[in-house]
Amino acid sequence: MLAPEPPLADWLAEFDALIERSPGFFAGRPLVLDLSALPPGKEDDGKLMAHLAGSSVRVMAIEGRQPADLASDMPPIITGGREIRPAEDEPSAQQKAPAPPPPKAALTLESPVRSGQSVTYLDGDVIVVGSVGSGAEIVAGGSIHVCGTLRGRAIAGTVGNADARIFCRKLEAELLAIDGLYLTADGMDPQLRGRAAKVWLTGDTMMMTALD
Amino acid sequence: MAKVLVVTSGKGGVGKTTSTAALGAALAQEGQNVVVVDFDVGLRNLDLVLGAERRVVYDLINVVQGDAKLSQALIRDKRLENLSLLPASQTRDKDALTADGVSRIVTELREKFDWVICDSPAGIEKGATLAMRHADIAVIVTNPEVSSVRDSDRVIGLLDSKTERAEKGELVEKHLLITRYDTARARRGEMLKTEDVLEILSIPLLGIIPESQEVLRASNLGTPVTLSNPMSAPARAYIDAARRLRGESLVVSVPTDKRSFFGSLFARRVA
Repeated sequence: MLAPEPPLADWLAEFDALIERSPGFFAGRPLVLDLSALPPGKEDDGKLMAHLAGSSVRVMAIEGRQPADLASDMPPIITGGREIRPAEDEPSAQQKAPAPPPPKAALTLESPVRSGQSVTYLDGDVIVVGSVGSGAEIVAGGSIHVCGTLRGRAIAGTVGNADARIFCRKLEAELLAIDGLYLTADGMDPQLRGRAAKVWLTGDTMMMTALD
Repeated sequence: MAKVLVVTSGKGGVGKTTSTAALGAALAQEGQNVVVVDFDVGLRNLDLVLGAERRVVYDLINVVQGDAKLSQALIRDKRLENLSLLPASQTRDKDALTADGVSRIVTELREKFDWVICDSPAGIEKGATLAMRHADIAVIVTNPEVSSVRDSDRVIGLLDSKTERAEKGELVEKHLLITRYDTARARRGEMLKTEDVLEILSIPLLGIIPESQEVLRASNLGTPVTLSNPMSAPARAYIDAARRLRGESLVVSVPTDKRSFFGSLFARRVA
């Protein structure tokens, strides 16, 4: 339903702006024209109809007029049409659901993480191309990958991500933690020391296995 | 172009001051114009190791605070005329150092010398961070044992973040100097292996200084070991390290005190 309001010139300008923003909005959607807010007048109604036709708007019926008010080439009278609110259901707003946030890239550290340094990245994985020194600390929201030796602490999945894992090429870690569960060096399988390893969670158990 | 070099380690007692004196003297012996600056305010030692303790009038803090001119505080070595010392104050502490004062002094020293060698105090507090602040090159002195290596790792992290170069996005050139290396203990596996130290710290090796009575004797004499006995094993190791600092590429070996022809010919190659 389309309900023009006086003054008509302003309403038409607004209408044209809407058409310009969303040219396909009325395509294939015949509508009811509610003229009750406008004073009756065959000439003005005719101009309005011509304007709408020029904008490819198909009017299937008219509301708010007496049969006598209408010229013979006008659509039939109807009552009780439901209003559509163009401003509220613009297709660009409705059809496109809010896009999911783009996945955050992993944080890649090209240089070794030295003793005393603490790297915190809660948005995703952390990849360390070098080694993590004794007394250094990596805190990641996602998984932690260490291409060199992991001698310090690796704390993965810290924002409640139990699927996070820890990988390293040489395991010498002081502490490993995933989603709040942790293991100190004393609790680690001595067989895995100095080897490439993967660490993950199964339920509340921290699992570790050699990769080589 | 003058180069500012910091000798640092994190841990105390590993040989920073000895190495500062020996490297400074070795560079001066090669004709370079060298100043060694003692940043260990309150616990100064460099003057003793260089045998200049009886000639100290003004010190680093006097110059920082504007009580003395730099030229008044510099002490020229009696044996090497192109080696100077800027001593630390023994009666003050590190809080007397200011960033502005240190910056001004280093700038002034850069104009006068080829090498400005800063002897850092142990630790990672104000004295140590100000000593490394303006460094172009760092020599990290490490003993082949775990605590020293971890402290060195910490200090390398600071060199990469807290120095003027790091803040400009440039790198401080870093070199590892392994000191107190005991060949016999290394053979028995009682010390960290050189390759392990290098793997942990992942910076290039400048030299390996063997543990030697000669170093202690030189310190007690107040003479850098490269001057007191240039043919001794530690002296040769320091002289080679100084040549590497100047850009020469020499194979790193552990010199030994055995004077035999074969001993020196087959000096064990380490890295």
